[in-house]
Amino acid sequence: MIFRTLVALALAAFAAGACAPANAALPTQIGIRIHYSHFDATKIEVPMGVPVTFTLVNDDPIDHEWLIGDEAFHARHRNGTEAVHGDRPNEVSLPPFTTKTTTLTFDKPGVLTFICHFPQHEAYGMVGVVIVRP
Amino acid sequence: MRRFLAGLAAVAAAVITTTQPAAACAGLIGPNGAVNLLRTSTFAGYHNGVEHYVTAFQFAGGSGQFGSLIPLPGIPDKVEKGGAWTLQRLIRETNPIPKAVPLAFGAADSVRSTAQVILEVRIDALDITVLKGGGAEVGQWATDHGFRLPPAAPEVLDFYAARSPIFLAAIFDADAAKARGQRIGDGTPVHVTIPTANPWVPLRILGLGKSGDDRVDADVYLLTDQRPALLPYPFANGMRLDHSAPATVSLLDDLRSDKGMDWIPQSGWLTKVAIDASAGQLTYDLAVDAKGTSPSRVAAGLEAPASPTSTPATPNADTVALIGIALAALGAVVLLRRSQTVSA
Repeated sequence: MIFRTLVALALAAFAAGACAPANAALPTQIGIRIHYSHFDATKIEVPMGVPVTFTLVNDDPIDHEWLIGDEAFHARHRNGTEAVHGDRPNEVSLPPFTTKTTTLTFDKPGVLTFICHFPQHEAYGMVGVVIVRP
Repeated sequence: MRRFLAGLAAVAAAVITTTQPAAACAGLIGPNGAVNLLRTSTFAGYHNGVEHYVTAFQFAGGSGQFGSLIPLPGIPDKVEKGGAWTLQRLIRETNPIPKAVPLAFGAADSVRSTAQVILEVRIDALDITVLKGGGAEVGQWATDHGFRLPPAAPEVLDFYAARSPIFLAAIFDADAAKARGQRIGDGTPVHVTIPTANPWVPLRILGLGKSGDDRVDADVYLLTDQRPALLPYPFANGMRLDHSAPATVSLLDDLRSDKGMDWIPQSGWLTKVAIDASAGQLTYDLAVDAKGTSPSRVAAGLEAPASPTSTPATPNADTVALIGIALAALGAVVLLRRSQTVSA
């Protein structure tokens, strides 16, 4: 009897482990620093389905922005006309020497790109990716 | 009293350019931002420990406000309107094809300044401000005053501020130029007088705002009391020595007769360096030793300036590790000697 209980507990524990999200160890607090017009983190893995807070630090004396989305999103912004962002959590304007936080919940796995779309900044290397893990 | 051998002259012509249209989000240049402001030839004359730097901003049409930043080797005594024919006469002397570097920034209302304002002067449609501050401070000032600095600007401004924290910002009001009756092609010469140790011409900043393959064309004229020594020597990497000879009497007479140019000596050496480089090549500046001996590697951008924090009061981990290794080695030597002594 005891043996059967132990086996059942072991199986239950195994099943629970199998069902636990593989992304449980991924961070939900992310810091990204901008210095000399580069992001200091350009490949970030985050969990799907939970809020992830990004703290964005602009150390430069010039304006930057942090826009995250898919290719269609970036295609729009490359030719966009919005001078300032801020109403949407995936679009953050960063004046010189400012820090801002934004929280996003990613509802599907995949790869998203974050870019500064100020003129010449993307070509200069202000690009990074967020990999959303299920 | 004018700084005598203390500062020595150096001048740096630097234009920060942003030629892309403001199509993407948050661009500060206005919708009709097709203004062109051309930078033409520059002249750096050096005599009696003072550099005279003359450049011209040429109106090429458009509207709005645009500007440029020029790193300086020291605090200028004077910024004034340049003479009417100095640059043209130099061009005629060496007979080059005039070249120009386009530049354009948006300018907006001032919000706040972080750099120290040393001097402000209005010359025709140009508002000129001499600033003292680190790269971040000057960059902040420029951003606050509507300069749309290109992405390389933070690093480049730090590069120059580490050598000299003095910058000249020029904001060109194209609307004011039109109101003054300036026509396309009209230039506004600016004459900056700087006591300094040696002439210096910043070149790296000419590539700012350009992609690595974009071309940079500029002509730099130097007038020194004797044949100068240059670093890098202009024979490669986009630099070319187009002229190096004693200045002719007729040239010196003509220059001396221009406004503000009575400092021109009776004799001198004329050097013309042509810049025909890709922006990616311009990782250096032109250091000059007016006495013809040894130009500064720091001024040329080939070495970093000595840092006041290079000998920290508190040793860092690497220093501790090195000291530890050295002490261990010393201890090993001592033990070895002792053991040798004992065994002997």
